[in-house]
Amino acid sequence: MKHLLSTEDLSLANAIRILDTAEEMAAVGDREVKKLPALRGRTVVNLFFEDSTRTRISFEAAAKRLSADVINFAAKGSSVSKGESLKDTAQTLAAMGADAVVIRHWASGAPHRLAATDWIDAAVINAGDGTHEHPTQALLDAFTMRRHWAGLHGTPSAGADLKGMRVAIAGDVLHSRVARSNVWLLRTLGAEVTLVAPPTLLPIGVGQWPCSVSYDMDETLAKGVDAVMMLRVQGERMNASFFPTAREYSRRWGFDDNRLRALDSLGLKDTIIMHPGPMNRGLEISSAAADSPRSTVLAQVRNGVSVRMAALYLLLSGDTREPAATPNSAYSNAAHSTKESH
Amino acid sequence: MAHDQQDAATPGAYLIRGAAILGGAAEDLLIRDGIITARGTDLAGTDAADGATVIEAAGLVALPGMVDIHTHLREPGREDAETVETGTRAAALGGYTAVHAMANSNPVADTAGVVEQVHTLGRAAGWVDVRPVGAVTVGLAGEQLAELGAMADSRARVRVFSDDGICVHDPVLMRRALEYVKAFDGVVAQHAQEPRLTAGAQMNEGDVSAVLGLAGWPAVAEESIIARDVLLAQHVGSRLHVCHVSTAGSVEIIRWAKARGINVTAEVTPHHLLLTDELVRSYDPVYKVNPPLRTDSDVQALRAALADGTIDVIGTDHAPHPSEHKECEWAQAAMGMTGLETALSVVQATMIETGLMGWDDFARVTSIVPAVIGRVADQGRPLEAGEPANVTVVDPAARWTVDPSKMATMGRNSPFAGRELPGKVVATFFKGHPTVLNGELNTPYRHGSGQETRPAAAPASGH
Repeated sequence: MKHLLSTEDLSLANAIRILDTAEEMAAVGDREVKKLPALRGRTVVNLFFEDSTRTRISFEAAAKRLSADVINFAAKGSSVSKGESLKDTAQTLAAMGADAVVIRHWASGAPHRLAATDWIDAAVINAGDGTHEHPTQALLDAFTMRRHWAGLHGTPSAGADLKGMRVAIAGDVLHSRVARSNVWLLRTLGAEVTLVAPPTLLPIGVGQWPCSVSYDMDETLAKGVDAVMMLRVQGERMNASFFPTAREYSRRWGFDDNRLRALDSLGLKDTIIMHPGPMNRGLEISSAAADSPRSTVLAQVRNGVSVRMAALYLLLSGDTREPAATPNSAYSNAAHSTKESH
Repeated sequence: MAHDQQDAATPGAYLIRGAAILGGAAEDLLIRDGIITARGTDLAGTDAADGATVIEAAGLVALPGMVDIHTHLREPGREDAETVETGTRAAALGGYTAVHAMANSNPVADTAGVVEQVHTLGRAAGWVDVRPVGAVTVGLAGEQLAELGAMADSRARVRVFSDDGICVHDPVLMRRALEYVKAFDGVVAQHAQEPRLTAGAQMNEGDVSAVLGLAGWPAVAEESIIARDVLLAQHVGSRLHVCHVSTAGSVEIIRWAKARGINVTAEVTPHHLLLTDELVRSYDPVYKVNPPLRTDSDVQALRAALADGTIDVIGTDHAPHPSEHKECEWAQAAMGMTGLETALSVVQATMIETGLMGWDDFARVTSIVPAVIGRVADQGRPLEAGEPANVTVVDPAARWTVDPSKMATMGRNSPFAGRELPGKVVATFFKGHPTVLNGELNTPYRHGSGQETRPAAAPASGH
């Protein structure tokens, strides 16, 4: 791996490798001195063209725990807001000797442009691009699910996939980079994904995705589900005819108190409720659901640091080899492994 | 610089020997004084051919000079992207003897003054016949008709009107424009794009956009406007031209309209005959274009429609951009691709080498019918004695690899960069003068009326 741009082209072997490394990194977070010298002398730039304090500080914490030097470059109030191009910004960072660029951008594909051009030679990590992908979010979600799934089966997390796990992802799939990255990664890890959304918030072409699609939240729950991931509904969708009102959205597609009770009455005692944050309490998720023992919201945040440490470590430690095929790597088709190495 | 002007009546004599005329039997063409004076076998040695420069054309194909119904020359206003001089050099190298220059310059070509300026720049350049397209509405704003009659009556003799780049989406305004241009045998060339359905659109809406997270540009946004416009054209009995058709559904609507006798013509670009939205997976903005690249089934439908005449002509939609408008994020990038210097090769690859068309069909869709649509009387004519000598000579066996840095256009935004394509223009004759010889630019034609001196203000690019 030279870059981490998407989960669509992430092989099973590399996905497992990142998750396993994250388990090791998580152990560092439990120590009194939460720091490893692994990336001493390396420079990580957080290049954020879009506000996201949560993701930025997660990457910052991850890089600092690995002893890297961290530069935060926020596009607002910088030369970027004065019209400097992505190319010039990238070349500037290259001239300053950045080893890795963690980029958050409102434009889908911006990290791919950094990786594909000769503007900068650093490792590129996609920290969310437009409505395309957010691979580290999907990896931290998978990490959270894997710990839960392995715990239920009494097996170790390390080396495991998510075969047989039933995951519902509910909400604004159309505009969600989190949903896209999760669909591809969960496919690779062997989980069964159902997207639940109003038809207006599903992309044309979703029929080709490796998942099921439902317009009915209650029916999806009744069929049985091991994890429910609620997506944030953006305020600007409210007035663009994607759904009639916030209340109707909440009733039909939100995870409210009735649905929380339904999990109990359906006998789904081990089902977890996930949310990438920040939450709209009372819209896509009720407070009771967000604060219930089923909720993994804070575990996701904690795991985010471990997963991002793993990604930075693997990309910057110089080990760019494809790991040897593991017995359960049947999912990682040839296209994936060849695409990935560039 | 009047001293370097030749008399228009004496541009010299040329004998094209043994070319397959429109891909048919090998014959000679004798060009003298701007006219094809003879066509036949073995004209060499005849008195008529005496003193003529001989061009050996065995194995080559002779075609009527190509006419582009859809070109962006960018001048006035964006001379950093292209000038009339550089754009028409590219046209000549691509085998063209006439181009229709779209109206979205700055200032917009919405007055007699601007279209006459473009026309004058074209005559001064002398590489091809530059036919300005007039804007339908003032400033392309879609609110008020531009002075279409004044542009029609101007020295530019405008017959094609278009707000290209922007759809005339107001149905009443479109109706009035269609009606009004009947007064001077004009045509409205519509950029069919329903604006509300394409707000913020970045690429074809479908399987690929779903994965890439780029805002979708639905086929229905094009098809609904075409459906409306053919019905309007029928209702008012006017002539409609549909720019750059890109979807299989659009083809069906146009086929239906033609079957009903509606006076509609349509164009397709070379890039829509070859490229698909799969290329967008690279996020390389060189593939960003309006209308967007579609799917393979659309490409196949467009090829079939061009072959069966549902789509009438090739229009390049040559759209050069400065590199900074493409070296950026996809969503920030400008839409458009260069096309003048690759059109012949792409059409040969997609239509002729696939067996869908012959060179006679090629002449129809790249020269004869575009000239009829644009009402360009002396272009797209038969290669017969007595006709104006606008002739393109092509080597269909040549193979070349596209290198945008070697092109005459200032635009480096060719989506075909690095591809090997068939077919090369060997010579282009414009009004009997070779603008291209041996595959390279020769000299421009000099209009000889004495009024056509190069304006002092015109940029003399390349000199």
